[in-house]
Amino acid sequence: MLTVTGLCKTFPGVRALSDVDFTARAGEVHALVGENGAGKSTLIKVLTGVYRPDAGEMACDGSPVRFHTPLQAQQAGISTIYQEVNLVPLMSVARNLFLGREPRGRLGLIDFRRMHREADETLRGLGIRVDVRRPLRELGVGAQQMVALARAVAVDARVVVMDEPTSSLEPREVRTLFDVIRTLRERGIAVVYVSHRMDELYEICDAVTVLRDGRVVHTGRLAGLDRLRLVSLMLGREIGEVGREGRTKFSGSHAIADQPVLAAHDLTVRHRLSGVSLALRPGEVLGLGGLLGSGRSETAKAVAGALPVDSGRVVVAGTPVRTGSTPAAIRAGISLLPEDRKSEGIVPGLSVRENIALAALPSLTRFGLVDDARIDRIVDTFMKRLRIKAAGPHQKVGELSGGNQQKVLLARWLALQPKVLLLDEPTRGIDVGAKAEVQALVDELADEGLAVLLISSDPEELIEGSDRVLVLKDGAVVRELTGDAVTEDELMRAIAAVPSGGHDD
Amino acid sequence: MTTGTGEATMGTDTAATLTDGEPLGASRSERLSALAQQHGALVTLVVAMLVASLSFDTFLTGDNLENMALSSAFLAVVALGMTFVIITGGIDLSVGSLFALGGVLAAWGSRYGTVVALLLPLAVCGLIGLVNGLLVARSGLAPFIVTLAAMLGARGLLLALTDEGSRTYLVAKDSFFAKLGQDSLLGVGVPVWITLALFVLGAVVLRRTRFGQYVYAVGGNEDAAALMGAPVARTKVSVYALSGLCAGLAGALNAAWLVSGVTILGSGMELEAISAVVIGGCLLTGGFGYLSGTLVGVALLKVIQNVINQIGSLDSAYQQVVSGAFLAVVVVAQTWLGRRQRVL
Repeated sequence: MLTVTGLCKTFPGVRALSDVDFTARAGEVHALVGENGAGKSTLIKVLTGVYRPDAGEMACDGSPVRFHTPLQAQQAGISTIYQEVNLVPLMSVARNLFLGREPRGRLGLIDFRRMHREADETLRGLGIRVDVRRPLRELGVGAQQMVALARAVAVDARVVVMDEPTSSLEPREVRTLFDVIRTLRERGIAVVYVSHRMDELYEICDAVTVLRDGRVVHTGRLAGLDRLRLVSLMLGREIGEVGREGRTKFSGSHAIADQPVLAAHDLTVRHRLSGVSLALRPGEVLGLGGLLGSGRSETAKAVAGALPVDSGRVVVAGTPVRTGSTPAAIRAGISLLPEDRKSEGIVPGLSVRENIALAALPSLTRFGLVDDARIDRIVDTFMKRLRIKAAGPHQKVGELSGGNQQKVLLARWLALQPKVLLLDEPTRGIDVGAKAEVQALVDELADEGLAVLLISSDPEELIEGSDRVLVLKDGAVVRELTGDAVTEDELMRAIAAVPSGGHDD
Repeated sequence: MTTGTGEATMGTDTAATLTDGEPLGASRSERLSALAQQHGALVTLVVAMLVASLSFDTFLTGDNLENMALSSAFLAVVALGMTFVIITGGIDLSVGSLFALGGVLAAWGSRYGTVVALLLPLAVCGLIGLVNGLLVARSGLAPFIVTLAAMLGARGLLLALTDEGSRTYLVAKDSFFAKLGQDSLLGVGVPVWITLALFVLGAVVLRRTRFGQYVYAVGGNEDAAALMGAPVARTKVSVYALSGLCAGLAGALNAAWLVSGVTILGSGMELEAISAVVIGGCLLTGGFGYLSGTLVGVALLKVIQNVINQIGSLDSAYQQVVSGAFLAVVVVAQTWLGRRQRVL
């Protein structure tokens, strides 16, 4: 269906793709895997017309093609779902769904009634019920991703490229997505599927291509390839090594103090949280479990002052903290690493050094002047300690890989010397190697006596990383998992259980 | 200052997409703030007119209203093009100069007949707008700089055409072209009718055509629009060309009304047009706004001017103080309302 041969693409200083051959066949789900920086994103962007290759041929149905714009690729039947939702937040759901192919009536004017009806039908078919006339930004991230999916499959696509489509979906939505993928496969559509999640690959994919350092290191059927072999191909390491290291980098237990450093009582936000209480002790990693929209992120935001609460108290080391104020929370020693680093965290145009120093600046200035030497010292310390891979402190953060961007953010908050660290999906969208490093760091930080709140949609990460897990559902704590009960099974059971109404805190 | 607050709004908007909120059913007060954002200018206009008509007997008279409508019409046509530009997230500073240039070209061209008087300013101003658009879209230069250059360039061209402003071209009083500016239909001046027709047409284009959707998409999230296959460059070129055309046409109509091409007009008009658009509810950061709002914004500015004129004892320079203060209030209110919608 879609074939590329001998593809090369070079960016200033980096050889992103060299001599890549890739074939997506009709009626086949083809996994594209590799660590960050392996060239997956570049390959996808070449396939979809965002980048032009320096060398190599592309052929669609046997005839050579050359895309100069995403529009041309779409017209050739290639549609794409990007990892970060790429829609227009201020426009309505239906307008986003139909942009560029609106149903038109008389005089070439858009037929809104038909558009809204068809949008509603399409989304219902995917199991989402929303008012399609409302602006897209009112939807949760998961629902937005489903709209992007609906958009990609609604056009008469022959090749659908999915770049980590599940990274912001909850399990139920993943099921829906897989059903859609199976339907696409039956319709004879070629699907290119990029993901970091092994389980998903083995569940849905037929073939696999492994990229490493811009080259294809393996391509073939997925069925005959065992997991360990696949991981070793991606990492370029020997199987024994990978096996010994286990799948996450967590040790799972820490020396925990007796007295809580952070206590939150009855945090309530209308429609979002009802009476969430939690206590966090120094040296402890407390996991927050639950489905997307269960109130995990909201709890973290409420504690960190980023979400005003209707009622409830937050106490740090015995001192009450004013709620609804981020500066007050930061002064009290609470740092939040937000879920979406792209828009809530890093400043891509600034250097690594500036990004790290940003939050700590007030304490690093004297009489309004910045103390450069001290900043250099702090930046240097954290770059070494967190093993941030950058050309130097003056490289722009936007040029770093996702994992290193996340570490820069972590460094920014650690520079404030917080007592409590709230991590919202700290490993989302970063590659296996960087993920392991971030996980190891979380462990180290807890060992040093920091109280850590960990939110993760990856049950494995949550269970192995946490000493204790609070399970949330519909904005309330439904269960607390402690000791031997901290297992994936118990987590699933707690999520699936009928809410009792009581709190376990 | 206005840009700064505008960016703050955008920041909070982006944040809004991140909370795993209820996908359905916006709360009542949220809907109220959305309504206030959309129709705040209209409510203010109605209140201002009520107060003015109670305070001054001369306000709600046919003559006064018609004068206001006429003098609003030219600004409104300029603001029409500006609305498209601002929704794409751009800005066009050249419209004031183009307005004056259009007027002079129309007056000069009127000796060759109405067709030339209309087409010449449209062609020249449209071309300058097109060049603006090409520079913005293709070379990635900031709209502010590109259109600032065009503003200076067009003003220079105007001075060259008129011997440094010393020569004024007149329009023959009995020509059809002059009638376009001077005649009335059902008691309302022809330029007002033309303006209303253009706004209806513009609203249809903006809300009901694919091009209009692209305008919103480009301003709402340019990267996403490109990835969704929207012709980003073509859309940008089109809106700047449209803005140039609107400014040229407004200048021509103004010349027909004044029966001469007055060179000193139009300076500062770009800022007046931007104010009207923003007061009408458009976000300066792009992606949101309505033409009906722009019309209300223009009317509101003109009512304020009119009221200050009626007060008589106040220097007319205070018009700008009041307009400026009002703009500041609107921008602050926009930010505030935007934040309210995020929190709730």
